[in-house]
Amino acid sequence: MTGEAIAFYALAAITLLSGVIVVSSPNIVHSAVALVPAFLGVTGIYILLNAEFVAGVQVLIYAGAITVLILFVIMLTEGGTGLRLQQRNEQGTIGAVVAAAVAALLIAGATRTVWTPQPGTLATYTPGAIGQSFLGTNLLAFEGTSVVLLVSLIGAIIIARKED
Amino acid sequence: MITLTHYLVLSALIFVLGLFAVLTRRNGVAILMGIELMLNAANINLVAFNKFVAPGAMQGQVFALIVITLAACEAAVGLALVLAAYRGLETIYLDEINLMKW
Repeated sequence: MTGEAIAFYALAAITLLSGVIVVSSPNIVHSAVALVPAFLGVTGIYILLNAEFVAGVQVLIYAGAITVLILFVIMLTEGGTGLRLQQRNEQGTIGAVVAAAVAALLIAGATRTVWTPQPGTLATYTPGAIGQSFLGTNLLAFEGTSVVLLVSLIGAIIIARKED
Repeated sequence: MITLTHYLVLSALIFVLGLFAVLTRRNGVAILMGIELMLNAANINLVAFNKFVAPGAMQGQVFALIVITLAACEAAVGLALVLAAYRGLETIYLDEINLMKW
């Protein structure tokens, strides 16, 4: 096995194991904390895919900000760890069947399709190329994203504000 | 040799984990965690396609960054909604929030 394969399988194992804990733990705080290794495993996958900038942003936003936000909301709402309350609804069997069916469909689609690579080479230093792309070809998407960020900022404040 | 298919299968498995959380969890925060896992799976796909199928374009990584931004927005608004629901209804368990259900 090459080093790349070892790294891939190790990162995939970390991500999937923490993902299983996120999905199945009866303690909601354990679920939230297990999100961190899951996101860091995905970060490693990005690095394997030569996407260093996306990996950095993933650590900052997902592993840092979103996990802390989720932990804060868990602590601000009733129940704390949630151990005394039932965390699953009665749809466990149906949910498992649907999830297995979707997994079979996706994996069959991924393994049977023949992907033909387009010509061209990946930029050796992707952050610079991403910056050029954001202020060039993808300027509209960039500006649209900034508007969405502003709207969601205002919306989150208004929704979470205490009514007087 | 790790090929595109390896990454696609990994992302399919992460997506299915998130889907299972969304379908079976009662807690609103846990459902949001499942959605975050699903968005991560989509991002792995985008970046993997960028490297293996269209290496000349940067669109995959650019889209992944935009999805990460929108996921942060979604988490902020979703968690604000959970807080508002807790304040108004005293519960964040979504099967108990049935004001609009007759």
